[in-house]
Amino acid sequence: MKIAVCLKRVPDMDVRFKIAPSGKAVDETGLKFDMSDFDGYAVEAAIQITEKAGTGEVTVISLGGDVVQETLRKAMSMGAHRAVQLKHDGTSVDSFAVATALAAELKDGGYDLIMFGRMSIDTAHGATGAIAAELLGLPCVTAISKLEFDGTTAKMRRELEGAYELVECALPAVVTIDEGIARPRYPSLKGIMAAKKKPLDVKPAQLPAERLALDAMALPPERAAGKIIGEGPDAVPELVRLLKEEAKVL
Amino acid sequence: MSNILAFAETRGGELRRAGLEAVAAARTIADAKGGQVHAVLFGAAGIAKHAAALGAHGADVVLVVEHAGFTHNNPEAVSATLAEKAKGGYAGVVLPASATGKDVAPRVAAKLGVPMASDVTTLSVGGNGITVTHPGYTGKVIQTLTLTATPAVVSVRPGAFLPKENAKSGTVETLAPSGDPSASRVKVTETAQGNTAKLDLGEAPVIISGGRGLKEAANFKLVEDLAAAFGNAAVGATRAVTDDGWRPHSDQIGQTGRLVSPDLYVACGISGAIQHLAGMRTSKTIVAINKDKDAPIFKVADYGIVGDVLAVLPVLTEAVKKAKG
Ligand SMILES: Cc1cc2nc3c(=O)[nH]c(=O)nc-3n(C[C@H](O)[C@H](O)[C@H](O)COP(=O)(O)OP(=O)(O)OC[C@H]3O[C@@H](n4cnc5c(N)ncnc54)[C@H](O)[C@@H]3O)c2cc1C
Ligand SMILES: Nc1ncnc2c1ncn2[C@@H]1O[C@H](COP(=O)(O)O)[C@@H](O)[C@H]1O
Repeated sequence: MKIAVCLKRVPDMDVRFKIAPSGKAVDETGLKFDMSDFDGYAVEAAIQITEKAGTGEVTVISLGGDVVQETLRKAMSMGAHRAVQLKHDGTSVDSFAVATALAAELKDGGYDLIMFGRMSIDTAHGATGAIAAELLGLPCVTAISKLEFDGTTAKMRRELEGAYELVECALPAVVTIDEGIARPRYPSLKGIMAAKKKPLDVKPAQLPAERLALDAMALPPERAAGKIIGEGPDAVPELVRLLKEEAKVL
Repeated sequence: MSNILAFAETRGGELRRAGLEAVAAARTIADAKGGQVHAVLFGAAGIAKHAAALGAHGADVVLVVEHAGFTHNNPEAVSATLAEKAKGGYAGVVLPASATGKDVAPRVAAKLGVPMASDVTTLSVGGNGITVTHPGYTGKVIQTLTLTATPAVVSVRPGAFLPKENAKSGTVETLAPSGDPSASRVKVTETAQGNTAKLDLGEAPVIISGGRGLKEAANFKLVEDLAAAFGNAAVGATRAVTDDGWRPHSDQIGQTGRLVSPDLYVACGISGAIQHLAGMRTSKTIVAINKDKDAPIFKVADYGIVGDVLAVLPVLTEAVKKAKG
């Protein structure tokens, strides 16, 4: 099976962000970057499919500046076979624009399966995969937590609020990956060495004008500092009093 | 061009609160523009019975699309029908940011050739288009975005727009689906309803959530008992717990789980890892019970109790029962 995985390089979220002086970006000083959470699950799921089949190829694709090469190499060190950078400097918040550029690259790739993350952890619209699928004219199943194949039919599970649904569609198809499908492996030393020799093509991104305008970025209001009201079951009466009188939730 | 289309989400033949929230959100833009809200209700035969509730919650017109192909979710046929209708001159299409709404919204945007914004918490009408606020970076950065193309396609965060009853009732019209809903390439073969009596995490005003500090799956009974004492509460969990299979993944709250914002969130035996906080930090009041006084959850908790959660919970449950009378 020929599989493509679209992945995005995003900052680690384990920090207190600062807004850049422009007011329209986060200050990237000192931030660490990695592939977006759900994209990591997608890369792992794709690799497992080819490993299990003993054949197939996984191509990882990322749109961004040259820094994304590091993220693409990491995916190849996990086991992806080749990579494509769609070169674009500067950030993008419009999933439609990004999907258009990715679809242009995916169109003639001959992929049986195209994977996206359920959403990127930074811009967080969860839209790119389904938009690309529409532009490609391919069926799409979003936010899947399980994936199996029955010949050329993909059988999937999606989580709903307090429920789930089982979904089928024929390949070729686009899927977006939720948590639960696979946990990304750590690259082995052998994998890291092998990744250095794998092909990484750089092409210009054909990104259309963005029509989702980023007016401003801001930090949410801080929560008031927490307070400990007591120890053990003895603190329960005071808690109940506060929930009643102060928080008014009882 | 001041009318707004709203997706009145249903599941298993029942109207979901998410659908009423989409109508409420659509109402805010329609009112600002002096337009109408047209709610689209998809389902198998009989779904039209929910039209009255939509009218009573702010829909001027309810467009009913009845077809056996809508017994289960049918994102291809739903998005095709919504997009086709939206082409007739709407200023916006509003969907809930639920599992179903988030699946449909980008398809509608793509069919219309317009950008979209997800999970928005406010909507306003500006000079260049519809302006939204959208939490990104796991809720740590709030973006203000303007959709400069028409119609504006947005999904609205659960709980951000509250359904409001009005005295009016909407007119009901039937709408034919675009294409044959039975011919969709993507086929939902089964929808497994969990416990339908159970309140959903996105809708519950109170969430009692448990972590590894509960020690074993059976002790979630204590969490469920407290939820039952509140009456209006749902049960959530950390990834540590869903990973171990104590609770289903759909109960997971956090960066890679559900984002929730209830009036009250009670964290029981939860350390407060950054990925968990990402899903519940915007809760109005947070209570934490943890035996470690240095656990990070206490940094965000309005009220913390240091102690053994297994000892505190039964006492708290009794006290809440008493307070509720
Ligand atoms: C990419 C990624 C995504 C993730 N996404 C999520 C997510 O969406 N949601 C999520 O929750 N996690 C997520 N995680 C995992 C997260 O990092 C934590 O591992 C997880 O939240 C910890 O769960 P916990 O608090 O139940 O367990 P622990 O961290 O083990 O904490 C257990 C707590 O219980 C306390 N305790 C123990 N015994 C008792 C007792 N008897 N009484 C009272 N307290 C007691 C301990 O002091 C401790 O604080 C993610 C991680 C990664 C890497
Ligand atoms: N710049 C990018 N390069 C490659 N893939 C991307 C990029 N941006 C988004 N994606 C893919 O689209 C998914 C959803 O992104 P979003 O619509 O931003 O939430 C991500 O999980 C990635 O799989």
